[in-house]
Amino acid sequence: MKPITNRRRFLLDSLALTGTVMLGGCDGISRTEWAPKVLNSATALSRAAQRALTGDAMVEEFSEADISPWFRPNGSTDPASVAYRALAANGFRDYRLEVGGLVTHPLSLSLDQLRLLPNRTQITRHDCVEGWSVIGKWTGVQLSRVLQLAQPNAAARYVVFHCYDDGYYESLGLDSACHPQTLLAWELNDKPVPIANGAPLRLRVPRQLGYKMAKYLRRIDLVASFKDTGGGNGGYWEDQGYQWYAGI
Amino acid sequence: MQKRVLYRHTLPLRIMHWVNAVCLLILLGSGLQIFNAHSALYWGQGSDFHHPWLILGATSDGDGSLRGVTMVGPYRFNTTGWLGVSEMDGAPTERGFPNWATIPGPQWLALGRAWHFFFAWIFAINGVCFVAYALWTRHLIRDLVPTRKDWRGIGRSIVDHALLRHPCGEAAARYNVLQRVAYLVVIFGLGGGIVLMGLAMSPRMDSVLGWLVDLVGGRQSARSIHFLLAMGFVAFFLIHMFEVVITGLGNNLRSIITGRYAIEVETHHETDH
Repeated sequence: MKPITNRRRFLLDSLALTGTVMLGGCDGISRTEWAPKVLNSATALSRAAQRALTGDAMVEEFSEADISPWFRPNGSTDPASVAYRALAANGFRDYRLEVGGLVTHPLSLSLDQLRLLPNRTQITRHDCVEGWSVIGKWTGVQLSRVLQLAQPNAAARYVVFHCYDDGYYESLGLDSACHPQTLLAWELNDKPVPIANGAPLRLRVPRQLGYKMAKYLRRIDLVASFKDTGGGNGGYWEDQGYQWYAGI
Repeated sequence: MQKRVLYRHTLPLRIMHWVNAVCLLILLGSGLQIFNAHSALYWGQGSDFHHPWLILGATSDGDGSLRGVTMVGPYRFNTTGWLGVSEMDGAPTERGFPNWATIPGPQWLALGRAWHFFFAWIFAINGVCFVAYALWTRHLIRDLVPTRKDWRGIGRSIVDHALLRHPCGEAAARYNVLQRVAYLVVIFGLGGGIVLMGLAMSPRMDSVLGWLVDLVGGRQSARSIHFLLAMGFVAFFLIHMFEVVITGLGNNLRSIITGRYAIEVETHHETDH
């Protein structure tokens, strides 16, 4: 029995050693300049494959019975900026959404003006990058309707969202921005969006993960490139290394 | 007794085996990293935060020391040091799976995802290549699908395996019925299933895979099944390693590196009649 035991011991030890070296190696590789770039190159493949396979297909919409009892907020839940506090103190009556950048008609829209546009209500699932999901009922206006009013010019390729929680921003390509389920929403579960969930107006992009859905919208800019915005990666979390394409 | 050396694994199969082994190790490590970002699992479409079926959590004792608590359904286990709470830079830290098991080691979801999706592509492409190759060369039909005779002997094979009596001689030249069933279940059940459940977690893919998500009970169910299938791979790996060792480590390793596998055969002496 001895040789077997020794052999088994040896195998287990070598396995443990190989594992440690490999995992340790992965850590070393993770910290290099090139590794994240190489690893993230697969995201381009995922995006191309998902676009080819899904096109403009709509995500599933659910029934009232499926709505989660609590729409878990994440990230900032109570912006501290003076401008935001002032708006909130007045029930967002003075709120204006600015739309600008590469557009023919820059806009400045109040919540009442937004409500006059054709509304859409959808019960969709919200998937957080952390792994959890919640289902909520959102009412708002399709972003495509607002963009139609602003008339992006030919050079515009991305839509950048600036927020009242300082430093947060996000961006979408025009294809995602114009998807019928991409909303600027002011109601969650038939009530004004609570502050924790992004009052008074937040983005809904149910075909992507939660961090794309900017809360506390302040300004929307159409741009040719987002290289000069924030850290240049297209969003707050993207600047921390998260993938710009969050459909996966 | 004589040794007969046969050429068991062709070069493409050996390459695909090792590509697969590296992918599985990295997918497991980076998968546990992703799991750690929310170390609880649920059934259903959304997360019912009050009723996860699995939590790797932590509680704080009266003296402020952290205790790792793993809850599986109604059962609670103290898993301090392993699950829920483990050492990180010498201090007990709240963490689902411990540092040594995740890629990268520290909490780093963004890069864990990058590792995972990069190697998921290689894993999937390698898997498709394997199935195409196994069909083309008849490896699948000849070596993996059990024959009618195999099925009839399955009861005996189960007893033999349980008693650690493995086929030897000419009988070891081909895969036995339990090997065949195990490989088919792992390749198509675990491999195919884990890729599908991965896709079912992608919000963009759900615009066309809604039926699949509904079929398994929702996105959180898909996440749970993805995790359980990964644990299935871990279980397969442990059994695989055990069998590799007790049926002749050297011979098995050589066969998956060089392709050559030795069996012992009876020497037949011509006798006069």
